[in-house]
Amino acid sequence: MSREGLNRRSFLTGGAAAIGGAALALGGRAVWDEEPVPMPAPDAVGQATEEFRGIRQAGVSTRPQAFASFVALDLRSDVDHDALVRLMRIWTDDIERLSQGRAPLADTEPELGAVPARLTVTVGYGPAVFRAAGLERLAPAWLRPLPAFTVDRLEDRWNDGDVILQVCADDETTVAHAVRLLVKDARTFVTVRWLQRGFRSTPGSTPPGTTMRNLMGQVDGTRNPDLGVEPGLVWQPDGASDALAGSTSLVVRRIAMNLDTWDELDRDGREKAVGRRLDTGAPLTGSKEHDVPDLDAVDANGLTVIAPFAHVRRARDDEHPEQRFLRRGYNYDEAPAPGELSSSGLIFATYQADVDTQFIPIQRRLDELDLLNEWTTPIGSAVFFVPGGARAGEYLGQRLLES
Amino acid sequence: MSRTTLNNRTSTTSRSLAVVGLVAAAGLLAGCADDGADAAASDAETATTAEADALTVTDPWTKATDTGMTAAFGEIENDGDADVRIVSATTDASPTAELHTMAEGEDGDMVMTEVEDGFLVPAGGSITLEPGGDHVMIMGVTEAIEPGANVNVTLTLDDGSTLDVVAPARSYSGANESYGEDSGDDADMDHGDMDHGDMDMDADAS
Repeated sequence: MSREGLNRRSFLTGGAAAIGGAALALGGRAVWDEEPVPMPAPDAVGQATEEFRGIRQAGVSTRPQAFASFVALDLRSDVDHDALVRLMRIWTDDIERLSQGRAPLADTEPELGAVPARLTVTVGYGPAVFRAAGLERLAPAWLRPLPAFTVDRLEDRWNDGDVILQVCADDETTVAHAVRLLVKDARTFVTVRWLQRGFRSTPGSTPPGTTMRNLMGQVDGTRNPDLGVEPGLVWQPDGASDALAGSTSLVVRRIAMNLDTWDELDRDGREKAVGRRLDTGAPLTGSKEHDVPDLDAVDANGLTVIAPFAHVRRARDDEHPEQRFLRRGYNYDEAPAPGELSSSGLIFATYQADVDTQFIPIQRRLDELDLLNEWTTPIGSAVFFVPGGARAGEYLGQRLLES
Repeated sequence: MSRTTLNNRTSTTSRSLAVVGLVAAAGLLAGCADDGADAAASDAETATTAEADALTVTDPWTKATDTGMTAAFGEIENDGDADVRIVSATTDASPTAELHTMAEGEDGDMVMTEVEDGFLVPAGGSITLEPGGDHVMIMGVTEAIEPGANVNVTLTLDDGSTLDVVAPARSYSGANESYGEDSGDDADMDHGDMDHGDMDMDADAS
């Protein structure tokens, strides 16, 4: 392959492999003439882009970026259908430009828009959007607050919202600029209700495809579905009605972790609580991360290897394979309250086609029994409808708002 | 700031069509040449010589306002072989629009003044209309220009041809030099005698 033949996209995609190749070329003993190895551009991470246009919004099946801000907004009382259309036109133009590294109109800090870093912005609607648009007939039945769970200690400051923006990129400056721009461009339409910032490992710090770790040290998100095989777990079909095609739902739960009491638990206890090994994430009945847990396996004492209270057992119901969803969570680590050592946890963001049939049954089982509940506490909860994406010439939400 | 190039065409007809197509496809904004009723009615030869055909407007936008005065901005590029002069502007958002620039006044302060000779867009070059600099002043707005609304601005060139521009409105805190000392977003004052002496130079980022 000639260097000239590489387009920008494949060049960026091949960046990680190229780094490895270059290291060999530098460190290895040269037997043959050196083969030219394409070097990634020094700003390859910052200049990488994700496609904005499509029947589905970006930021769902998109490989999770390192940083995320979830911004819940409330509609001002005078926002009607016409205003929603104008707001979505503004955001569509802003998001398209930002995601391609172009400064939006009237951006007072245009230089900050020049580093797309795989930026995606995913827009979701609470029930209030359907009301304001006069489209309550189209609101999904599941679009309402989750039922109360006994483990919940919800705080209003992390609950609900009329609109959500999930802003993700591999550069936190990019995220901050995008949030600031999108919120101030919308200031005559919305007010900020809450903002949650989260992070994962940054590009290049772990091999591509590595499942994230949460701040309890666990491999988190192993059982995510392959959307190439089972798109229906997340997406409404492309052939669905205009209002639904390419849509999904987003649940955002803020899960506080009590790392002080988690520290009191030894390693064996930690692994039993989840049913997975801490080092590899493999189930206690397997050796590799993606081995399927054997819930029937027993040890020498006749006890199940994966305990009755273990998280993986409680979360799983093989008789109901539809009870799965896409986890796209982010760690958070905020300033501790006075006298405390930390304020850490997980922004548990999940995407599913139907909240009622996929998310709630699992949450009910975990609410009834899951040893992890000893150290984790839901303190925020919100549910949103995520409309289909903007195809060429469309604005976000157009097919719903014009239904 | 990066920009979108909206035209790359060889003939007037395909150029105009392409621009219209892009406007439709992007649902957004673009400069759209209009050779004027006379030119359009005559023949293509006349049309290809219209100055408007040489101009492209990139990233046009208007500062949203409730009433009173505001301004429209954007980059205007001339890919023709001859200089083009923009001599006037009109808009559907208000009865009056003027071409304004910033200049040093007698006391050394920068003041806004209506340009007497219009805006010259040099052959092969471009000008940028922006807060703190040259702009299309929109005066006497009585019906709010809401954020996200499209404002139509028509630029008239010195050969009589015109350029239609769709400049979407955005909330914007700067560009207050346009408003004079005794007005704000809600002002509805006569522009003729306004005092620009106290404009906010913070809006000029240079």
